[in-house]
Formats: sequence, structure tokens, C-alpha cells
Amino acid sequence: MRARLRDWIPAIVVFAAGIAAWQLSIEIFNIQKFLLPKPWAIVHACWTQRHELSSAGWLTLKEALGGFAIGSALGIAFATVLARFRRLSDALMPIAIAANAIPIIAFSPIFNAWFDPLSLTPRMATAGVLCFFPVMVNTLRGLTSVKPSQVEVMRSYAAGELAIFRRVRVPTALPFVFSALKVATVLAMIGAIVSDYFGTFGSLGITIKNSVALFDFETAWAAILVASILGVGMYVTVSLVERFTLKWDPTRQERGTA
Amino acid sequence: MSVVSISGMTKTFPKGNVTALQEIDLEVEPGEFVSLIGPSGCGKSTLLRVIGDLIQPTSGTVEVNGKGAHQARLDHDYGIVFQDSVLFDWRTVTKNVALPLEMLGWDRAKRKQRVDEMLRLVELQGFGDHHPWQLSGGMQMRVAIARALAFEPPLLLMDEPFGALDEMTRERLNIELLQIWRRMESTVVFVTHSISEAVFLSTRVVVMSPRPGRIAGIVDIDLAQPRSADTREDPRFFEHVTAVRELLRSVGADDHGSVLAEEIT
Amino acid sequence: MAHAGHAAALRGQVPTRAFSRERVTAAAMRIGVVTAALLAFWGLWELYRFVWVETGWTWPFPVNDTTLPHVHTIFKAFADPSRVQGPLLISVLLRAALFTGKEALVGFLMGASLGFFIAVSLVHSRLMQRAFLPYIVASQTIPMLAVAPMVVVWLQAGWLSVAVIAAYLTFFPVAINTLRGLQSADPRAHELLRTYAASRWKVLWHLRVPASLPYLFSALKVSATASVVGAIIGELPSSIEGGLGGAILNFNQYYSLVPANLWATNLIAAALGIAFFLAVVVAEKLIVRRAPEHTA
Repeated sequence: MRARLRDWIPAIVVFAAGIAAWQLSIEIFNIQKFLLPKPWAIVHACWTQRHELSSAGWLTLKEALGGFAIGSALGIAFATVLARFRRLSDALMPIAIAANAIPIIAFSPIFNAWFDPLSLTPRMATAGVLCFFPVMVNTLRGLTSVKPSQVEVMRSYAAGELAIFRRVRVPTALPFVFSALKVATVLAMIGAIVSDYFGTFGSLGITIKNSVALFDFETAWAAILVASILGVGMYVTVSLVERFTLKWDPTRQERGTA
Repeated sequence: MSVVSISGMTKTFPKGNVTALQEIDLEVEPGEFVSLIGPSGCGKSTLLRVIGDLIQPTSGTVEVNGKGAHQARLDHDYGIVFQDSVLFDWRTVTKNVALPLEMLGWDRAKRKQRVDEMLRLVELQGFGDHHPWQLSGGMQMRVAIARALAFEPPLLLMDEPFGALDEMTRERLNIELLQIWRRMESTVVFVTHSISEAVFLSTRVVVMSPRPGRIAGIVDIDLAQPRSADTREDPRFFEHVTAVRELLRSVGADDHGSVLAEEIT
Repeated sequence: MAHAGHAAALRGQVPTRAFSRERVTAAAMRIGVVTAALLAFWGLWELYRFVWVETGWTWPFPVNDTTLPHVHTIFKAFADPSRVQGPLLISVLLRAALFTGKEALVGFLMGASLGFFIAVSLVHSRLMQRAFLPYIVASQTIPMLAVAPMVVVWLQAGWLSVAVIAAYLTFFPVAINTLRGLQSADPRAHELLRTYAASRWKVLWHLRVPASLPYLFSALKVSATASVVGAIIGELPSSIEGGLGGAILNFNQYYSLVPANLWATNLIAAALGIAFFLAVVVAEKLIVRRAPEHTA
């Protein structure tokens, strides 16, 4: 544990240095406050606007979490089914990968037409669809990247498909799944906030949009800060679950941070 | 002047306080073929790496080619072959063999000439444009040997290079290696698990014992050169094998006899 | 001796020439499968529509001409003017796609270069990694929609600002994946290079970078898409017309009147995203030569 705390010192140093540089450069270069307010002004705005920020933040979190959960769950489910039918998945894989290349965000207005634009649903749908493809593609890759020799060993024990799935494919797939889930947390957050732009609802995206329109940049940045914290929180949570679950994976030791 | 001169060398790893090697004294003369053999944990691979300055000793001296091991590495005085041939997937055979020459800054024409020579030496001419994964294990190992000898170093270090190959390929590569050794007039330090391989290849066999790693004894192999498949049926071959095995047994007995169970000969 | 080895050696690997018969056939089959899938999708769409309209179900959403127009209605809209006495929708959309595509391409190149640079800078120092990686990760959680109008004002450079936003979305996967790739080489290969007394830069150039290429391309595939998304989103608050983002906003306003226009725009946006993606796939096939994976 001590090593873990020590690991964070460089990042903290950079953070402090960054804040100081920020404060100084605004004074030195006389950057207009409406573009980049002083750090303290943003913190102050966080406090004065805390009610709006916390209720908007809570809504955004619900949208993001909901989308993340549904999109990831569906992605994993589809991948699990496809992994069973190799021919089908081999044929569909390139299509799924290409589908991943579609700018889902363009569909947000359509979701608003489908679902009640005043509810959380269209936003969760946007966030969910954003999460679905990366999670599905990566889970499928993980489930099918099992070494043939490992499957052969299981077959020599007369193990059925279900046993092979449980004991070999799932552990092999887990690193892939987690890496996709981490990406999905970021995507879900982005989906939640960007989909706000097409709506008129009271979550963080709207806060930002309205504040910018009123030239209240301190609040806008404060909302961005809240969104970032929420996003980082989600990412770190998944990272911690990953670290706990994947203690055995050797490729993880190479990287410096989760 | 010895090619390798080790005196009083000790290596301890701070983690777990393991003494991998203790008071090693060894001289290797030019043109020798010396095998290091011993049970797991006797430090033979560590010793090879100390000679190559890939691991630094805790005390004692290691001289290669008349200089300190570190300088010898910087001067490219040796080539090394690992058990896993460690070829680069993204380079063709030709470019793999050319790698050390590129590092040394040779120009293209000289590189091409030397690579062609080396591929002929290991009988892989014509495979230059293949990629490593298109070759069998034995062929990959030959590429690794060609690469190790590309800049004609005086010393060749080999860490169980044939360990992952089947017996027939192994025996064939043993003979080829000896041909290469004679042709290049190199000195070889060879780590192995196999008694018969050690006896077949070497002029001397160094037997090591574990915990801590020491040299238990050295067996001179005075079989006739050049050696061939017939050598393996020479009664004197069996005598030497037995001598090495006896030494190993006296050493391996401390290790609960689990040591050389796989040795068949 | 070499000949005996030869026959045993070649394990029937596909030759690595770019346009061999096997590869062309495989590509043709792929196209066939994609076409079949698209037709199946079309069929499913119409079927879904039919069933839901007949039964009047409203979950997950009510189905009518506005929410789920017929596929042929959408295609027909391409040939109609986008507004009264204006140019045809298809020409409007193609021009918008080119505009957005330019922003995305510039952003992609900038972001990929930045990401690569970051990875190379960080690979040699664990300390630097621990210092900066958290911020690189955190940077991705800042919603660029909010930052976009400010970036536009700062740069005062119209479409280039959108390219910057696209670059912002691009650099992250490239940085993270390339870093991983640079660290992925076999430790024995590193040892081998130490025996050549290779300097850090030589190790980087001869070992780390080639080893990282598969990882880099994997990230570039993600980034290709992200840069298109970034470009579209970047246009939204920036009041930059002429791109696909502007078209989406425009047709969204009139969605209830002519829903097909928005769907058509999305189709073009999807095509743009896929085109970028395919370009990277082709580049990868040509540049990266590796052993084919054997998996079950």
C-alpha cells in the first residue's frame, strides 16, 4: 500500500505545478477572464452554484451510468451469443467493427424523436449505443482469442461447451472486457453530456450550454470540472474492479498506472 | 590470452538473499568449446549472463578478451543465442541476420555480403526473404546462430539453444554447430541440460552444483575431432558421459534426486 | 539438409504479397457478406415497421412515418431538393461530408502525431508516466462540446478549430495504445540489443517502434472514427455551417416535417466514419506484416 501512495506523488506535483502555472499565466498574459477564469474563480463558482451543479451532475451521472450499464450488458450478451457461433461471428465481426465507426452521436436527435425528450431515456440510449459496439467487439475478440491448445486440454477432459466457456473463454476474455469497459465509461459520459445539447433538460450539458450563452464561463468550467470528476470516478471504479479481478495478468505489470 | 577469465566471482541477488554463484574460477582458452551443465538453480545461465555483462557480479573479476566484461560488451566481443531464437517478427530472415551489422553501422553492400555468407554457413541460402514464422524451430535457431556470428565475434555464448527442439533436429544441429565452430575458429560457452549433448560438443564440460552455485568439477573430453554421428557410439563417449553423470549425481543427490530425470542416454 | 527442412518448414502460410489471389477472393467474400447483412438489415427494418404499425405497440417507441420512415423514403430524399428550390440533398450532403472530412483528417493527423509523441516521450520514464498519465486519462473526460466554443474563439480559425477538437479526441487512444505497444517487446529481445550495446534511441527505433505497430494501428482504427465524431460534434456549438454538424442541426429543426432528411444525413455521416476506418484498415494490411494469429 505504501508503494501505491508514493506512486501518486509525481502526478500530484504536476497538478500543483499546473494550477500554479494557470494562475500565473492568466496574470502575466492578461487572458480575458471570460475565456479562462482563474482557478479560484471556478472553485468559487462550484460553491455558489452547488445546488444546480449537484442536481445536474446527479442527473448526468444517472444518464451515464444507465447508458453504460445497458450498453455494456447488451454488448457482452451479444458477444457471448456470437462467440458460440463462430461462423456467424467471423462473418459479422467486420460489420460490427465498421458499425463502430458510425458517429452514433448523430443519432441523438432521432432518439429524442423516439423517446420522451423530457425523460432520461433518449440520453441513456445515446450513451448506451456509444458503449455497445466497443464492448461487444472487444468481448468477442477476448472470447475467441483462446489458444487452441487450451481448448484441446479441456476437450480431453470431455468438457462440454459450457465448461470450456466458464473455465477458459471467460478468464481469457476478462482483460479485453475490462479494457473496453474503461473506454465505455468515458464514452457514456460523453454521450450523456452531448445528447443534452439536443434537448432542453436540466443536466450538466444544458448547464454548460446555458452558461456559455450567458457568458458565465466560471460556471461553465465548474460544470466541466464536475463532469470530469464524475467521469474519472467511473473510470477509476472500473480500474479498481479490474485490478482486483485480474491479479494474474502479466501484461498489466508493464504499465505504470491503471 | 584466455578468451574468458573469471576469478573469485560471486553473485548474490539481494531479493531473497540468494547466492546464485559463489567463488567461481574459470579460464576458457581460445578455440575451446566449453559446456556448462548442472541441475536447476546451479547458476549456469546466470554465469553466462555475467560473462556477457548482462548481469553484474557482486564481487570478483570477469575478463573477456583481455578486458573487463563491460568493455567487452561495448566492443561487441561476443554473440549470444538464447533458447527462444528471439527473431524479430517484422523482419525477414535477411534483415534479422543483418540486425547487429546495422547496429554497428556497416554499409549496405558489406551487410549484404556478410549476410549471404552467414546464410550459406547455416545452409539457409534462399530463405532470406522468408519471415521467421514461416520457418521451423530448427531453421529459426539456425537464423539466430547466423545472426550471432554475423560480425565474427571471438566468443559465442549459447543459452540452451537447442532445448526447445526435437531430438533428431537437435543432433543434426549439434553436428552443424561443430562445423560452424571449426570454420569460424570461435570460442564457445554453451549452457545445456543434456549430458550427451555436452559431451558430444565440448572440449571440456564444467559441472556445476546448486545452492550456492559452484563449479563442482570439470571433465576434459578428449574425443577425436571432427566429431560425427559415429562419435556417439564410441565406447569412450560413454565413459565421458558416465563421468559427467557421476559428478552430477554427487551434486544432484543434495537436491533430492529430482534433477536429471529427463536425461535418457 | 536445407531441402529436408524446407518441406517440413513451410506450414502452408498464405504468401504475404498484397494482391495475391487468395486475398482478393477473401475480400470479395467479405463484400458479399456485408451486402447480405445490409439486405438482411433492410428486411428487418421493414419487418419491424410492419409488425409494430399493425399491432400498434408503443414499446420501446411508437412507430410511424416520423419515427421510422421507410428505407426507400430515405433513399428517395437524396434526389430531392433539401429546401424549396435549393440544390439536391445529395449534393448538399456530399459537400458537407467533404467539409467535415477535411476537418476530421487534419485533426486525425495532428492527434495521431501528438499521441505518438506522448507515448515515445513517456516510455523511457516510469516517473513521467506516473506524473502525466492520470491527466491524459482525465483529459478524455472533459466534454469537448463545452470546450469547443472557447477553442473556436481562441483560435479564430474556423474549421481549424474543429480540427483541433477532432485531434483532442484522437490523441488519447493513440497515446495509450502506443505506450503499451512500445513496452510490449520480449524482454529477451531487449537483452539481445544490450549485447549489441545499443543506445536507447537504437532500441526505440529497431525494437520498440516495430513492436508497437499492431497496437498503434489498433488505436488508429478507433481514432479514425473518433476524429469524424469529433469533427461533427465540434461543428455543433461553433456555428460553423457547411459541415455535417450544421446539416444535422438544420434538419433536426425540421425533423417533423421531413424526417427523411435527418436520416439521410446520418447515413452520409456513417459512410464518412466507415470510410476513414477502412482507410486505416487498408493501411494496416499494407504496412504491418505479422504472423497470422491462430486462435480457437
